[in-house]
Amino acid sequence: MLFSDKHAGMGELADTLADEAFTEGRSLWRDARRRFMQHRAAVASLVVLALLLLFATFGQYLSPWDNESIDWASLPNLDEDGVPSLASQHYFGLDPIGRDLYQRTVQGSRISLMVGVLGALTAVIIGTLYGAISGYVGGRTDAIMMRTLEVLSAFPFMFLVIVLMAVFGRNVLLIFVAIGAVSWLNMARIVRGQTLSLKRKEYIEAAVAVGVHPFLIVIRHIVPNVLGVVIVYATLLVPEMILFESFISFLGLGVSEPYTSWGALISEGANAMWTAPWTLIFPMLMLVLTLFCFNFLGDGLRDALDPKDR
Amino acid sequence: MFSFIIRRLAVAVPTILALITVSFVLMHAAPGGPFTNERNVPEAVMENIEAKYNLDKPLWQQYFIYVGNVAQGDLGPSFRYKDFTVNELIESSFPRSAYIGAWSFLFVVVFGVGLGVLAALKQNRWPDYTVMTAAMTGVVFPNFVMAPLLVLLFAVTLRWLPAGGWEGGQVEYIVMPIIAMATSYIAQVARITRSSMIETLRSPYIRTARAKGIPRHKIVLRHALKPALIPVVSYLGPAFVGIITGSVIIDQVFSTGGIGQHFVNGAINRDYSLILGVTILVGMLTIVFNAVVDILYTWLDPRVRY
Repeated sequence: MLFSDKHAGMGELADTLADEAFTEGRSLWRDARRRFMQHRAAVASLVVLALLLLFATFGQYLSPWDNESIDWASLPNLDEDGVPSLASQHYFGLDPIGRDLYQRTVQGSRISLMVGVLGALTAVIIGTLYGAISGYVGGRTDAIMMRTLEVLSAFPFMFLVIVLMAVFGRNVLLIFVAIGAVSWLNMARIVRGQTLSLKRKEYIEAAVAVGVHPFLIVIRHIVPNVLGVVIVYATLLVPEMILFESFISFLGLGVSEPYTSWGALISEGANAMWTAPWTLIFPMLMLVLTLFCFNFLGDGLRDALDPKDR
Repeated sequence: MFSFIIRRLAVAVPTILALITVSFVLMHAAPGGPFTNERNVPEAVMENIEAKYNLDKPLWQQYFIYVGNVAQGDLGPSFRYKDFTVNELIESSFPRSAYIGAWSFLFVVVFGVGLGVLAALKQNRWPDYTVMTAAMTGVVFPNFVMAPLLVLLFAVTLRWLPAGGWEGGQVEYIVMPIIAMATSYIAQVARITRSSMIETLRSPYIRTARAKGIPRHKIVLRHALKPALIPVVSYLGPAFVGIITGSVIIDQVFSTGGIGQHFVNGAINRDYSLILGVTILVGMLTIVFNAVVDILYTWLDPRVRY
């Protein structure tokens, strides 16, 4: 009697345990999400970035003007009629040649964000594959690939990009390629370091033992496991890419009219600030806000995905 | 150590050569040349101009002539600034950039490392939060944002400082360039120093030192600072070259007449010899300071040997 009672108790316990295990089962990613949600600044940044994305995508429909046409009525007296006002529906005022700065900023945001994300993506793809292959294959291949990386990082790429832009003309696609080509070097180094410690793990050994092709091991087993670190650095790469593009556009070598970007707008604003300081301030605020958010987001993701590095 | 320097030099030569080759080929592959903008020049004159700059020769000959001259330290005549050689242009502009750069670098090291160490020692207390908030703010104000903002504030609105110029490098003319240049670097260095210092302070040998009763400031200065500086030095090496030559923005906003303007103008004007000259200078500086960083490692971390 006692025996069966105990048995029932055990059964119950087992049931509850099983249930709990089911509800409480925490994967690595769920754990990371919980840690991320605790990072208030990062969550707030994510919200702001989502709003920025909405602004860049749909912002143009909120204003009756467009980014190319000139407001002839306000042009003669730009210092007074061009100031930002809700009444004239030039929310951000007019730019030095009488175009609506709000619409220009919306359009510029689109380019800047796109360059940032695509540039970082290019860097991530090239860098991750290069680093993972170099680290996994090892030996002479690794040595050659790493020396190549060293030679490349001694290259003043920034200057090469400026030459490229000046010589081949302004072209958004070229900016992507140039930025992507410059920025994968560090990513490759980080991923290689992670790969070196991963490749001694048992599950890699198991994969080798059952005869999985080395390239598949890299793609299926190495890359997914370095993803956490890669995501963190990719988030921090985006603001770097945006900065880089803005820098080039500031020099007048980036995107060409009628398209614009934050850097180009800031450059125009810097030239007009004596009479029209708002042309400098609005694009500057957008850029600074975005950089803030991506940096906080990166910090939050680092705490979430790479907890030992806190 | 000696063999290390030799090895580094051996790698430097092909790197520079590759750099020259890539830039040379890219520039000449582009449509248009340095003299395509000249108006209605008689053909004979054009031929003479091209002959003067060796542009009439096949590309490979131009290349070898150029490399030969560079090997002797002659960067050739500028295509756009007709009365100057590239050597003269660099000689007149580089010291200005280097002067602003040196001051900026000093501030970067002193404030960056100082604030970083302070934040690390007061981790998770108000000095830490203040420094880290300031650093985050600094990171998002790159020099091309900072420079116009400073002009707007101190020159346009308050009228305290001149908006630009050089005037022999007087204090009021270089204050804004230095601030604009140093801000984001200080912020980065402070962040790197903080996290590396925190990590170092957690290591067992620091605990041993503390257990032996060594005063805190001595632990920090004698035992923790050197190893904590390793990642800072890795960052500062390339940053130093950037600080000295990345004055493109500073030159443009403050009209300081540094070397940065030559690069952008050179690229836009197709001043082949000027761009190549500046590229070579930057390339050499990059290589030299990467090597300096590696040598500094041996001093900071005795385990590193070459």
